[in-house]
Amino acid sequence: MSDTPKFKVTIDNITVEVPAGTTILNAARLIGGDVTPPAMCYYSKLENSGGKCRTCLVEVSKGSEKDPRPMPKLVASCRTTVMDGMEVKNITSERVIDARKGVVEFLLINHPLDCPVCDQAGECDLQDLSYEHGSEQSRLDFPKRTFEPEDIGPNIQLHMNRCIMCYRCVFTAEQLTQRREHGVLERGWDSQISTYLNKALDNEFIGNIIDVCPVGALTDKTFRFKQRVWFTKPMDAHRDCPTCSGKVRLWFRGEEVFRVTGRKDKWGEVEEFICNTCRFDKKRASDWVIEGPTKVNRHSVISQNHYRGAVEAQKELIREIIGKEPKMLLDIHTVSDVNRPEIHLSEIHGPSHSNDFLPNQKLEGQRKLEVGKK
Amino acid sequence: MKLLLENAHIEGIRNYDIYRKHGGYRAVEKALKLTPDEVVEEVKKSGLRGRGGAGFPTGMKWSFLAKPEGVPRHLVCNADESEPGTFKDRYLMEFLPHLLIEGLIVSSYALGSNLTFIYIRGEYAWIVDILEQAIAEAKNNGWLGKNILGTGFDCEIYVQRGAGAYICGEETALIESLEGKRGNPRIKPPFPAVQGLWMRPTVVNNVETIAAVVPIINLSGEEYAKIGVGRSTGTKLISACGNINKPGIYEITMTESVEEFIYSDEYCGGIPKGKRLKACIPGGSSVPIVPTNLLFKTAKGETRYMNYESLSDGGFATGTMMGSGGFIVFDEDQCIVRHTWTLARFYAHESCGQCSPCREGTGWMYRILKNLEHGKGKMSDIDLLWDVQRKIEGNTICPLGDAAAWPVAAAIRHFRDEFEWHVTHADEAQKRNFGLAHYADPRPVPAS
Repeated sequence: MSDTPKFKVTIDNITVEVPAGTTILNAARLIGGDVTPPAMCYYSKLENSGGKCRTCLVEVSKGSEKDPRPMPKLVASCRTTVMDGMEVKNITSERVIDARKGVVEFLLINHPLDCPVCDQAGECDLQDLSYEHGSEQSRLDFPKRTFEPEDIGPNIQLHMNRCIMCYRCVFTAEQLTQRREHGVLERGWDSQISTYLNKALDNEFIGNIIDVCPVGALTDKTFRFKQRVWFTKPMDAHRDCPTCSGKVRLWFRGEEVFRVTGRKDKWGEVEEFICNTCRFDKKRASDWVIEGPTKVNRHSVISQNHYRGAVEAQKELIREIIGKEPKMLLDIHTVSDVNRPEIHLSEIHGPSHSNDFLPNQKLEGQRKLEVGKK
Repeated sequence: MKLLLENAHIEGIRNYDIYRKHGGYRAVEKALKLTPDEVVEEVKKSGLRGRGGAGFPTGMKWSFLAKPEGVPRHLVCNADESEPGTFKDRYLMEFLPHLLIEGLIVSSYALGSNLTFIYIRGEYAWIVDILEQAIAEAKNNGWLGKNILGTGFDCEIYVQRGAGAYICGEETALIESLEGKRGNPRIKPPFPAVQGLWMRPTVVNNVETIAAVVPIINLSGEEYAKIGVGRSTGTKLISACGNINKPGIYEITMTESVEEFIYSDEYCGGIPKGKRLKACIPGGSSVPIVPTNLLFKTAKGETRYMNYESLSDGGFATGTMMGSGGFIVFDEDQCIVRHTWTLARFYAHESCGQCSPCREGTGWMYRILKNLEHGKGKMSDIDLLWDVQRKIEGNTICPLGDAAAWPVAAAIRHFRDEFEWHVTHADEAQKRNFGLAHYADPRPVPAS
């Protein structure tokens, strides 16, 4: 790596140094937090993925040190490599926010509102995305697009209605298995993921298409309708598997293993792909060596008591990206004036206490706020 | 002045002997005496701009071609002409196939392509036979194959039929299709000039662009550049259709005014049945439609001419584009809402479905417009339509999203009250099935 030149790139006023050839999205992931554009179709483990969903569009306000012209169009950050001295605007650009809102609307207009019965609910990328960028109501006046259900084998259920055409499962089958048996049929509004003439997908590694699917279009038949994901507790485990690494995540409720998946990192990507035997057949805790509870994201609906990212909001980041508050689903002060709106909840250490909000008293939260203002 | 269609009227020009008798293949003889770089230089000097729609300078495109050692390069001729309103390439290939072959040999020599393809629209089935016969004739006479004219340059040309998708006219989708894959546009970069067909450097050029290389070599680049005006050099084929007396292919030198082009007997010959002009799409269905008041004069009050600069004067707010030269004329009886719906249906049908704004947006626009046209629209639909097109434009992988958004945007921009009239007078709009006439040419109806 030492011989690849390092490029400096500034994303939302934060500068990082990355090796040449890195994409804007991966550079933003090094910074983390709100600066990272959402990605529905890009998957760092899959070659050629990305560029299709357009949720990761960013504005390049300065091309590079040599050629400082801005790029006229918004670019897909997952497929655009950084140049030295490039300046990128993500959440500080009105254009990007507006375009992203449009893209989310496009993704949602034909997406069914069946989250209450969808197995993906609770760990769905599209749910997160629509919380953050979606509008409350659909402007589509027409019946949504629907497809006939199709049987694609004993282990995997395809719900084409929910699909957002990210092509991840196509790339997975192409790059992981010997022979890809499903793909995209038709085009445009009617395009769909399907097998050519009702084949069953039965490759040894095909189960991974469930993990890479960002929505509930591909679900595990051995897990369907058994549990909501937020009632299950994830545990990291491994076994001596002859075909794959055997490093998995077991999803327990009580003593029972309900589901086996690959281990996902904080970007929701599988760290190591696992085989079908591990995923579908080894459903007893005794099959596995349990390593311990998985640390889940602080904002996840899965309560685990082992969190990562459970740090206070990075104040420096807030000051840098002007006017952007930390993510919260609902700020209490938009509906009520109790609890003294001048105190930022995110600046209170640990769980807040009623003492923090007593009137005429400079307590920790307020003191910190004043420090922050300086 | 005619360069491309000079010999089009000659009986049997499709055959090699007659084509050769009328000066055919002189350009190959001349070009093969130059070095490839000198040929590229001639094309650069000519100022030739891509005739497929975007108008990018061809010489510059050729000089971008990467030339790594030991990697073959390819020239692909884009004959996947599917734009509604454009049919100039069909005419060229059908009646002057040898002109295209001659242009391809010269261009292949300039670019160092030993394997050249013509990717032709699937619906042009009968033209495939014409081209293949022309290729066979050229080969029999030593213009193709190994060691052409003893220069050591080898070249083969193959014709590949598409399967009927508009999107395969986009250069990267064309390359994918040519490789035998699903015709989805690639994400750029890398550009085809670096990694194109089979990951080799590739140049994709329109039929008319390739054909124009022949007169450039025959005349020399400087002479060619003297034709036309400003940066619009040479001649351009315009395929005129719609409500005109003489639809057909016209070769223009880009110095004619739009008014002259529509009304003079040399070109379109005016509007039939003494009707008045309402609007015009000067460059194929993807470019913005302009009403009469902005068609003859630019917003600044200058006369609008048929060339790249003048047509796009004023940007999209008051101007349009030269595009691929599909000149569609609307008389006062045509309904803009119905027309926009038709185009939206076309783009929704032809979207490849790869990226979300285009896949969902084109289908959505089509459905909104269908409601508006059929008297089921609401006032808010017009604003919604505007918002949807705005969110498609510029946010897609390939220009099909823009091409779908621009006509809708221009129709709402210039003919908004016609859309509103379809909402407020739904019954009348359906019954009459044509739009408001007050956009029409302010000039009095000519006495018949």
